[in-house]
Amino acid sequence: MSEQLHIKEFLYKMADDLLILGHRNSEWTGFGPLLEEDIAFSSMAQDKIGQSLALYTILNQMGEQDPDTIAFMRNANQFHCSHLVEQPNGEYDFSLVRHFLYDHADYLRFEALTNTNFPPLGKVARKFKGEVKYHVFHGDTFLMKLGTGNEESHTRMQNSLNNTFNLALGIFEPSPYEDQLVADGVFIGEKALKERWLEAISPVIQKAGLTLPAESTWQPVYGGRKGQHTEYLQPLLDEMTEVFRIDPGAEW
Amino acid sequence: MIIKSLDPRVSRAQIDGDAAFEHPLQEMDQFETFEVFAQKKRGTHHEHVGSLHAPNPEMALLFAKEQYGRRGVCVNMWVARTADIFATDYDDEDIFATVPEKQYREAGVYKVVDRITKYKEEQAKQA
Repeated sequence: MSEQLHIKEFLYKMADDLLILGHRNSEWTGFGPLLEEDIAFSSMAQDKIGQSLALYTILNQMGEQDPDTIAFMRNANQFHCSHLVEQPNGEYDFSLVRHFLYDHADYLRFEALTNTNFPPLGKVARKFKGEVKYHVFHGDTFLMKLGTGNEESHTRMQNSLNNTFNLALGIFEPSPYEDQLVADGVFIGEKALKERWLEAISPVIQKAGLTLPAESTWQPVYGGRKGQHTEYLQPLLDEMTEVFRIDPGAEW
Repeated sequence: MIIKSLDPRVSRAQIDGDAAFEHPLQEMDQFETFEVFAQKKRGTHHEHVGSLHAPNPEMALLFAKEQYGRRGVCVNMWVARTADIFATDYDDEDIFATVPEKQYREAGVYKVVDRITKYKEEQAKQA
């Protein structure tokens, strides 16, 4: 059996996006705009970390290290996450727009993977599709309410959309194994996913009274999948792994 | 005074602990409340599971799912504005006073009929 490098690379980038965004979103716990939303956003952050664990577990079964080691013992340049997910939270409008853009892509990715030729991944995709459907429902609802709320909420959402869009396009940075993934029937490919994503987000953005940045301004932010990251990732990792690193062998 | 905490998120946020209490919430600063009803299984009735704050019914459903549906089994949820619930008054609690004493009104007999019918059917099958 081959080393299945194409599948491993694919799993790493999915799982790293989920872990890092899950951690970022969990930074809102206790700071949410209202109790009910604090609970909802924190719960979704936990979902993401649970999803990353499921993917790291598949990697472990393919011969990679155990999930805790993968999650907590790597440095920034060994992570495959997109720049979108590592950005600091800033204000809540940014976090909501990131959540809206990311979770649509995540949902469509899981949906496409329900038909993958790689059974362990298909199983995970079928398991989590419903969970992510709620994340999309949550993102859509907030985008539409705040996009059509008052002038301040509309302006904030539009500005965040403008500032986040190129980062979100970075989700679809092609893998070196793109052709192989498609040929093997593992995945539909990032290009096809991006098309589906644009089809899904455009009507919601329109209903929210917001405008998608003009195509002429699109400049996808790439590099994350290759281990090139912003200055924000390493401090996040230092904080996230602080307790684990005190005693990596501890039983929890 | 800026709040200092062992939680790095709190220290980073540079929260002015005094300012946080300068403007206590007024009545209209709160969203209205909704009552949440959850159904464990299709066909069974929805049960009241609690209440929450939300700006509108749609967002109440959104919050209800995480607040009351994230643990345990749930297949469906209802929300209703608390203001739309009509309730009896606790001052009139005595209207229920004699309820437990009315065994003669209970339809216990129907259960016996069910058993008789079942017995007859079984007999018919065996015959």
